[in-house]
This record gives sequence, C-alpha cells and structure tokens, in this order.
Amino acid sequence: MHKTLVSRVIGFVSSLILTLLSFLIFTHLDFFHLGIGLDVVTVFVLAVLQFIFQSICFLNVCSETGPRWNLVVFVSTLSIVLIIIIFSIWVMNHLNYNMMGSM
Amino acid sequence: MSDDIKVFGFWIYLMTDLVIFAVLFATYAVLRDSTFGGPSGNDLFDMPFAFAETIILLTSSFTCSLATLSVYRAKKNSVIFWFAATFALGAAFLFLEFSEFSKFIRMGAGPQRSGFLSSFFSLVGIHGLHISIGLLWMVISMFSIWLRGLLAPTVSKIFRLALYWHFLDVVWIFIFTAVYGMSRL
Repeated sequence: MHKTLVSRVIGFVSSLILTLLSFLIFTHLDFFHLGIGLDVVTVFVLAVLQFIFQSICFLNVCSETGPRWNLVVFVSTLSIVLIIIIFSIWVMNHLNYNMMGSM
Repeated sequence: MSDDIKVFGFWIYLMTDLVIFAVLFATYAVLRDSTFGGPSGNDLFDMPFAFAETIILLTSSFTCSLATLSVYRAKKNSVIFWFAATFALGAAFLFLEFSEFSKFIRMGAGPQRSGFLSSFFSLVGIHGLHISIGLLWMVISMFSIWLRGLLAPTVSKIFRLALYWHFLDVVWIFIFTAVYGMSRL
C-alpha cells in the first residue's frame, strides 16, 4: 500500500478537501449556522480526520510488517499528548475561575 | 543495523518532538486570551494568508511523497526533481511565515507584547525552525543523490527525511486549526 501512487494521491486530495472545508467554516461562520461549541467540535473533527488520513498515507502508520512497534509508540505518545493538552487547559481554566476571576 | 531499526529510532525521536509540540500547544491554549490589552488573534491573523501557507505545506508534503515513490522506482533524476519542488515550496512557506512575523513585530505585536504573543511566537517559531532544519537536510540529501546516486545509506536517510517532513505537515494542521482558525470562533 505505501509504495503506490494511489495512497499518496488519496492523502493529498483528502487533506486539500478537509483544509478547504475548515477554512470555509472559519471565514463563512454565518453561512454554516453552527452554534457556539459545535463549530469548535466540527473543525477539530476535520483536523483529526486529516491527521488520520495523513498518518496512514504519508507516515505509513499501519503498514508495518511483523510486530507493530512504531504503532505502539505512536499510540502511547498520542495519549501523552492528549493528557498534556486536555489537562493543562482543564487545570488552568479552573485556576483562573477559582483564583483570578473570569478568563 | 537494519533499516527498520533506524526508522524505529528516528520514529521515537519524532514522538518526543511531538511531546514538545504538545507542551507548546497546551501553553498556547492556556494563554490565547491573555492579550494584556494588546492585539488578539482575531485582530492579527489573516485567514486567507494562513490558508495559503497550509496549502503550500500540504503540496510540499505531497511532492516529498512523490520523491520517495521515485526512490522505489530507482529514478535518480526524478527524486532530485521532486525534492527540489519540495524545497521550493518549503522555502516559500518559510518566507511567508517570516514575513508574517516581521509584520507583527513592526506593528508592535512582538513576542514580548503579551502572553498570547509569546506563546504564539514560540509555537509557530519552533515549527518554522524545524522547517528550516528540514530544508537544510534536503539540500544535503539532494547533493548526496546528485553526486553519488541512490546508494543504500542515502536512500535510508531519504526515507527518514520524508518522515520528518510529513510529520511537520501533520503538526501544521493543528496549528492551522488551533491557532489561526480558533481565533475566528
């Protein structure tokens, strides 16, 4: 799979479409009528979709033969990344809320 | 050492780099509203400009993947051609990023202006630093291919370079969404 032109074209075209979509949401917010909160969720879903496409097509994440060490390290790093980002935001927002007024 | 082991080692490096970016993203997410009376992201960021940067970097990722495809097909000149295209797009991206930085600094919105701008310049600047290192690596690889052809050690390095370049593109997707895009929402 990772030695074909097709997978590269799929990765590229899907990224272009997803980037264009989130760009349109950012610039034409009134047109899409997404509520507060739903728009944030939508653009991050689009970014994660693009992340998945690129990981498979360009980073060759799921194309290992034999033991999938790269995939194991990838998944554990992603969990560390999510913990760092989500809990930093969570802790700091609550610190602001409880100690420094509104954020 | 087998090539798989080398790729695995390089992969571990990329994953630690990802943790660095995660910390920078977390810092940015926490400080994005701390403008200290200065300009906010909504005042500063130009969405079509950021979109153009994104498309350029995406295309460079694609041309880079075409270069590795040419390696599989053992076409030396086409490898150099696609890497040259990737280099040109990467340099264009870096030029846009620097012109944006200098525009902000001339407006008085430099990294020392507010917590928001410090975290913005750190996150996007460190991504730009990675891009510059990638460009340097690309020049060295192109010379090596041009002078000595597609020898096994060179090919092995090219695959790691391609992995590095795609990784930077993946990080940029989240910069586009979390930094530039989120300033509009």
